[in-house]
Amino acid sequence: MLGEGILKGLAETARNFVGSYFSAERLTTVQYPEQRIAPIEATRDFPFLVYDGADWEAGLRCVACQICEKECPPKCIYIEKSTDKKPDALGKPQFYPARFDIDISVCMSCQICVEVCPFEAIKMDTEFELSTTDRFGGLLYDRKELAKSNEHYHKIHPTEAAAVDAHLAGEKAKADSKAKAAVAAAAAKAAASAAPPAGGGV
Amino acid sequence: MIESGIETGMAGEKKPEGWNRPPVIVPDGEGDLLEVAMGPHHPSTHGVFRMDVALDGERVIRLKPVFGYLHRNHEKIAEGISYLGSMPFTDRLDYMCPLTNNWAYALAVEKLVGQAVPERAEYLRVILGELTRFQNHAGSIGFLTQEMGASGTPLMYAFREREKILDLFEWLTGARMMCNYMRFGGCRVDATADWLEATRKVVAGLPGFVDEFEQLLRGNEILMARTQGVGILRRELAINAGVTGPMLRASGVDYDIRKVDGYGIYNRFNFRVPLGDHGDVYDRFMIRLLEMRESLKILEQALKEIPGGPVMDPKAKIRGFRPKPGEAYGRIESPKGELGFYLISDGSPNPYRYRVRPPSLINLTILEDMVLGQNVADVVVIFGSVDIVLGEVDR
Repeated sequence: MLGEGILKGLAETARNFVGSYFSAERLTTVQYPEQRIAPIEATRDFPFLVYDGADWEAGLRCVACQICEKECPPKCIYIEKSTDKKPDALGKPQFYPARFDIDISVCMSCQICVEVCPFEAIKMDTEFELSTTDRFGGLLYDRKELAKSNEHYHKIHPTEAAAVDAHLAGEKAKADSKAKAAVAAAAAKAAASAAPPAGGGV
Repeated sequence: MIESGIETGMAGEKKPEGWNRPPVIVPDGEGDLLEVAMGPHHPSTHGVFRMDVALDGERVIRLKPVFGYLHRNHEKIAEGISYLGSMPFTDRLDYMCPLTNNWAYALAVEKLVGQAVPERAEYLRVILGELTRFQNHAGSIGFLTQEMGASGTPLMYAFREREKILDLFEWLTGARMMCNYMRFGGCRVDATADWLEATRKVVAGLPGFVDEFEQLLRGNEILMARTQGVGILRRELAINAGVTGPMLRASGVDYDIRKVDGYGIYNRFNFRVPLGDHGDVYDRFMIRLLEMRESLKILEQALKEIPGGPVMDPKAKIRGFRPKPGEAYGRIESPKGELGFYLISDGSPNPYRYRVRPPSLINLTILEDMVLGQNVADVVVIFGSVDIVLGEVDR
C-alpha cells in the first residue's frame, strides 16, 4: 500500500513524542542556563597554572623551563624566564616565570602542554563560560589570571589530582631521603677525614 | 549586455568591472543555459563549498565543484612542528570522527618507527573507531534526509544517540570532538572499568535505535522516490576515480580496508561487509544503515574480549621523538573511506613531508559524473549522499 512506510515512520515519531511525557530517557535536552548537566570529570578546556599554599606568586610550581612553549602546537604560550631564582617545593633554587601568557583565543585545548610538563605545573581547567567583549586583552591571560590553587585542581579533577599529589609526595620523599643521605655521607666523610687514616690509603 | 537598474554603493564611486553582471546565460543552440552558484553558504552544503552548476531548465548540464574556503594549511604546518604536535590538528580534519583520524596518523608514525602497540590499546582503538563509525553514519543519514526536506526529525534522532557516544568520548578522552587521544605506541589514558561498563550499556541500547531508525526511514515512500535511481555511480567509474568507503561498496565493489589490510586487530573479529547493487543514493543510505549493524557486532566482540594490561608502550617516547630517515604510509577504513597519512622522515624532529589522503576530497571528485542529467533538486541529495566534511576536503 502506498504510504505505508510514511505511516510507519509517523507511528515511530508519535511513540517518541508521547513517550517523552512518561519516560525521562526520551527527554534528552535540558534548559541550559537554568538547568545544567553535571560536568564529566575528565573534561578539559583551557590550561591553568597550579600553585601550592596560599600565595599564588610564591607557590607556582612552574620553573619556566619553556618545554610547553616549545611543544604547544598552535604556539599560544609565551614565557619569560626570571633572572633570579627562588626555592621550589623541594627546596631547590629554581627559575620562575617572570611572565607567563596564554592566548586562549589561539589555544585549542589539546592538553599537550600538560603531557610534556615534567613538574605537574600546568593542568586543564573546566571553566567554559569565558565570553568577553574584549577580544584581544580579555582573552590573553597572564600568570595571575592563570594561577589557580591546588585545591581548585582537586575540586575539578579529584582522581587525577590525587594521583599527581601522590607522585609529587613520592618525589619529595625521594629528594628528602637523598638529601638526608647526602648529609649523612658528608658527615661520614667529614668524620673519616677528621679521623686519622687507619692504615692503607696510600 | 543587460544594464541592471539597481544602484548600489556611493554615487560617483568607481565600480569594479562587471559588478552589475546578470547571471551568465550561455547560448547553446536549442535554449539558454543558466549558471547558478550553489554555495559557498548554501544551507544544504555541509560547510563552505560551492557548486557552479549550469542548468538547462531543471537539468544539470555542468557542475564544477569549488573548494578551498576552509583551507588551513594543515600539511605545511605539520612539516614545521613535531610529530606529536600534529596529533591535535588531525582531530580537525574530519571533525565528525576525530578518533579515526588520530588512529590513522598514529598508525602511520608507528609504521615509520616500527612501534608496537599493546593489546589493550588495540582493543580500545577498535572500540572507539567503531563507535565513531556508528555515530558518523547515523549523522550522515540524518543530514541526507534533512537535505530531502525531512526537517530535522531523523537528524535529531541520530544526534540523540550521537550524544551518548560523545559523552563516552568525553569521559575517556576529555573532549567530545577534539579528542587528541591516541599516541604513537598506544593511547593516552586507560579506560576504567566504569567506562567499559557504561560503553557496554550504551552499545546494548544501540540496536534498538537502529531498528527505530530503520522503521522511521527505510520503507518511506518519499525517501524511496527521492533516492532510488538517483545519482548512480557505476562500478568501473567508482574504481577508476579512486572512490573508497561506503560509496564504493554501494556500487558493489567488495573493498573494505578492515578486511583487505587487516590493520590493528580487525582480522580477529567476525563481521561482514555489506555491498550495494545499483550504486544509487538509496544504496548508499542502506549501506550506511547496514554498516552500523556490523559496527555493533564488532563492538560487542571487542567489549567482551578486551584484555587487561598497559595502554601505552612504556618504551614509547613522547618528547624528543626523532624517527630514522624513511617513509611510511598508514591507512585505515575511516567512516568516509580510505584515510591515509604519508610521512617522510629525514631524521629531524619534524616530518620532511606530511601528506593526508582524504577520503572526502577524492569521493567528491566524481560529483559531476553523478549529477549530470539529473534535476537540480537532486544535486543536493546526491551531494549529501557522498558524506563529506569540508574540514577534510580542504585541510
